[in-house]
Amino acid sequence: MTVTVAHLVLISAQVNTRRGVPLLEVAIFGGVAEVQRVASGAIGETRTLWQDYAALRQISRENDELKQRLSQMEVALQQERALAQQTRVLQQMLDLKAQTPFATTPAVVIASGASPDFRTMTLDKGSNQGLATDMAVIAPAGIVGRVILPTSRAAKVQLIIDRNAAAAGLVERSRAQGVIVGTGSDRLRLDYVSGTADLKVGDRVVTSGMDGIYPKGFVIGQIESIERSAGEFSNVVVVPAVNLSALETVLVVTSATDMSSKETPSKGTPSKGTLSSETQKPGTAGTPE
Amino acid sequence: MRVAGVLIAIALSLALQTTLARFVVGGTAAIDLVLVAVVYVGLTSGAASGLLAGSVAGLIQDALSSGVIGIGGLAKSLVGFGVGAIGQQFIVTATIPRLFVFLAATVVHALLFMGLYMVLGLRSFPSPWAAVATQGLGNMVVGMVAFATVESLPGMLERRRLGRRHRS
Repeated sequence: MTVTVAHLVLISAQVNTRRGVPLLEVAIFGGVAEVQRVASGAIGETRTLWQDYAALRQISRENDELKQRLSQMEVALQQERALAQQTRVLQQMLDLKAQTPFATTPAVVIASGASPDFRTMTLDKGSNQGLATDMAVIAPAGIVGRVILPTSRAAKVQLIIDRNAAAAGLVERSRAQGVIVGTGSDRLRLDYVSGTADLKVGDRVVTSGMDGIYPKGFVIGQIESIERSAGEFSNVVVVPAVNLSALETVLVVTSATDMSSKETPSKGTPSKGTLSSETQKPGTAGTPE
Repeated sequence: MRVAGVLIAIALSLALQTTLARFVVGGTAAIDLVLVAVVYVGLTSGAASGLLAGSVAGLIQDALSSGVIGIGGLAKSLVGFGVGAIGQQFIVTATIPRLFVFLAATVVHALLFMGLYMVLGLRSFPSPWAAVATQGLGNMVVGMVAFATVESLPGMLERRRLGRRHRS
């Protein structure tokens, strides 16, 4: 068999095809070329697969890095948001300070009351910073309460919602007078209102200044509901203008003497503020209600 | 050691009450964490400890509030003593009896506190029952969470210690 094949090979090596090319060379070249084609294809496929794999690993690494950077950016964004919020609060306080025609001192709330039966909070400023008993405490949205116990470096404030708290108030629209009384809950009551007074749900109640503690014109809250019995107002519920659970900074009115005549008119942006329009300083106008 | 534990419980409850409590229930904190701490001390340490814890915690709370110093102290002393006595006389280790003790302590404390203020003519409390009931529920929940946390803490630490030893 081997000898036969050897002879056939020898013969074909000497025989040419019609195009004059040796038959053996054609057969060998044709076979080898197919092998080369298959090998080349396999190598190409393998190279593509490897490149894809390497690219995937690279993408995976980049993905991890991007995720990490995204987390860092989210943290940074939250910090920026907190900073922006803080800036907004401080801007509001500055606006309020500019609007208020009285001498004020800013203070930070450092704690709330220790007993749920009393609505108090503690400020980081005390008598060293000029705080004294019965000074009004205000926030951009309205009145907060009054100082009841100043120490040298801190002060206890009785919130307006405390059961023992009260303030002379009047309805801004109709000028009906009454006494705002704390209830111990998150609502206030407007007492001692004349039976003939003109009250409506949604009316804004402001301080009348009659109590000698809260200067006239500071916003207390809005009337939420009105009950009448025997021709008299029996239960006028007022929602405080200030969210007392979210207070961070406040202003303490250290002197109720009108300072507006001593200062130049403020250029601060007027904001929806604590003061009713009639007590605004020249140069600042209240937001029309 | 026990005295230190009682003082830590009071300090912790006061710190939490003055920092966190204003953020719950719309700023009108319906939970008295200091009362919860006094009831806890009374139940776990007895009448004398409950009395002392109530006295100290109540006086500090009074000093930090705007009321008459001593009224809260007296109310909490009596509640602490009563809870301690009940803890010594009855088995109050199950959930239901403990819930009842927290609720009863809140109601008795409110009665004593408001009663003293009203007898002395210092304050009036028109329709306080909804607020007392809310506070009772809040104190019950917080009290049970406190008991569960404190009681599961040693076991948890032991499991972690064993787990660490097992791995090494």
